[in-house]
Amino acid sequence: MTSLPLYSTELKKDFPVLQQTMNGKPLIYLDNAATTQKPQAVIDAMTSFYQDSYATVHRGVYRLGHESTAIYDAVRKQVSRFINADSEKEIVYVKGTTEAINLVANSFAGEFLQAGDEILVSEIEHHANFVPWQQVAKRNGLVFRTIPVNDVGELDMTAYESMLSPKTKLVAIGHVSNALGTIHPVKEVVKKAHSVGAKVLIDGAQSVAHMKVDVQDLDCDFYAFSGHKLLGPTGIGVLYAKKELLEAMPPYMLGGDMIETVGLTETTFAPIPEKFEAGTPAFVEVIGLSAAISYIEKIGLEAIEAIEANLLAIATEKLSKIDGLKIIGTAKNKAAVISFVLDNIHPHDIGTILDEYGIAIRAGHHCAQPAMTRYCVPATARASFSFYNTESDIDKLVSGIHAVVEMFA
Amino acid sequence: MNLKRLYQETILSHNKSPKNFRVLDDCTHEAHGKNPLCGDDFFVYVKVEGNKIADIGFQGQGCAISKASASLMTHYIKGKSLDVVEKMKNCFIESITQEDCSDECKETLGPLFLFEGVRDYPVRVKCAALIWRALESALSTESINKEVSTE
Repeated sequence: MTSLPLYSTELKKDFPVLQQTMNGKPLIYLDNAATTQKPQAVIDAMTSFYQDSYATVHRGVYRLGHESTAIYDAVRKQVSRFINADSEKEIVYVKGTTEAINLVANSFAGEFLQAGDEILVSEIEHHANFVPWQQVAKRNGLVFRTIPVNDVGELDMTAYESMLSPKTKLVAIGHVSNALGTIHPVKEVVKKAHSVGAKVLIDGAQSVAHMKVDVQDLDCDFYAFSGHKLLGPTGIGVLYAKKELLEAMPPYMLGGDMIETVGLTETTFAPIPEKFEAGTPAFVEVIGLSAAISYIEKIGLEAIEAIEANLLAIATEKLSKIDGLKIIGTAKNKAAVISFVLDNIHPHDIGTILDEYGIAIRAGHHCAQPAMTRYCVPATARASFSFYNTESDIDKLVSGIHAVVEMFA
Repeated sequence: MNLKRLYQETILSHNKSPKNFRVLDDCTHEAHGKNPLCGDDFFVYVKVEGNKIADIGFQGQGCAISKASASLMTHYIKGKSLDVVEKMKNCFIESITQEDCSDECKETLGPLFLFEGVRDYPVRVKCAALIWRALESALSTESINKEVSTE
């Protein structure tokens, strides 16, 4: 195993939050699957927009408004290039992954699926890619089914294939599991779903910041992600959908900015993507998202993948050596997320004690209760890495865990 | 380090070997307490005779704070009258949520006052309170399987 490039230590300096101490110790931030920290470039871009250019989009006839609108629309092109969409019309700005999935559950599944039609999701999905489907199925008499995963956290592709039939209308799957880190074979999932005529939504919340995503290569019908897990601000996310689907789907929210003409009894809607963007949008957050994507592209997703793969390998090796520690989720193809449990020590206690050492990890069910049920654990502790983490962060985590074990000995 | 105030020896030892960690087949009241965020999940079983807690037990799983709190609660309220237990519950909640706990409250709680360190860890307050809330729910009605959540 090679040691980490110096690059990663240098990158940490771009993140002001990571320069502070926590309980007198340098902050070691290992909850990147929940949300990522923001580089100075993102903070500066939003601050300077508020200071110099702020005016709403798509309305004012004055110059400031024109500039806002121009930037807002230009970012749509940038996002479209980032995930290689065919057109910027396929990029809908939303609040985040959760809103994107709810939009599709309502305006696609709620609208076009008939009683008896089937929706498949994996049994380890995040609640955001689970509950909307379960509930729309309840409301409309659809059949909601879960695709099993094996003991190491990989999707059971044989079971998946056997579940597919002409009744299957939609498959919803995470690109990367937030609870276990498994990278699902989404391209294959899409291909098999399409062979029975089903559409596929990919929850990309855990992937876009960590690997190159090409929606045309994946051929997925919907792809959703959040800005805040991509070094960007909260309150902004993206729904990618194929143009013909967006054109056919009715609007999800109604109001200003999404209309063409409004009469006393009838309203015609704006063309896509504005049809799905009712109300004053989060355009300052769009500026932040743009700066985040530019920052990521400057480092390069290939370099990010290499740094994070190295962190995963080192952390897996070092954590595995701790007596009584069990990693939940050991798929062959994994992102830098490690869920673990310690014999006779509850994850919440692990989290509280590590915090005292300045180490921020997640403890709980990770908004994936069905996944916890699958692996018969009430909760796990989870360390999730970003390219700005270093080998020294891993060493501090390891000694922190030793301190936890000692306290409970 | 505050950690030592939170994870005191007594708490660690009750976590490891909890008292009254059993089902009461002849209980008169029971309730289910859950803390969905962190996965604490306990059942409390109470046998009330006259106006007293004649026997009490609990079962389930959870973090050290929730388990030790359950163990210590059962240990110290067994044999007490319902009025006293009600007072102890209110004092316990006060001790883990408020800075200046009254002397009367400290006196009522006795050894149970040791959970006051939880105050410095806002997300852990509900771990310590869970079993008391479950007890409250169990005693509030005769019905079985009442769910209670501290979320």
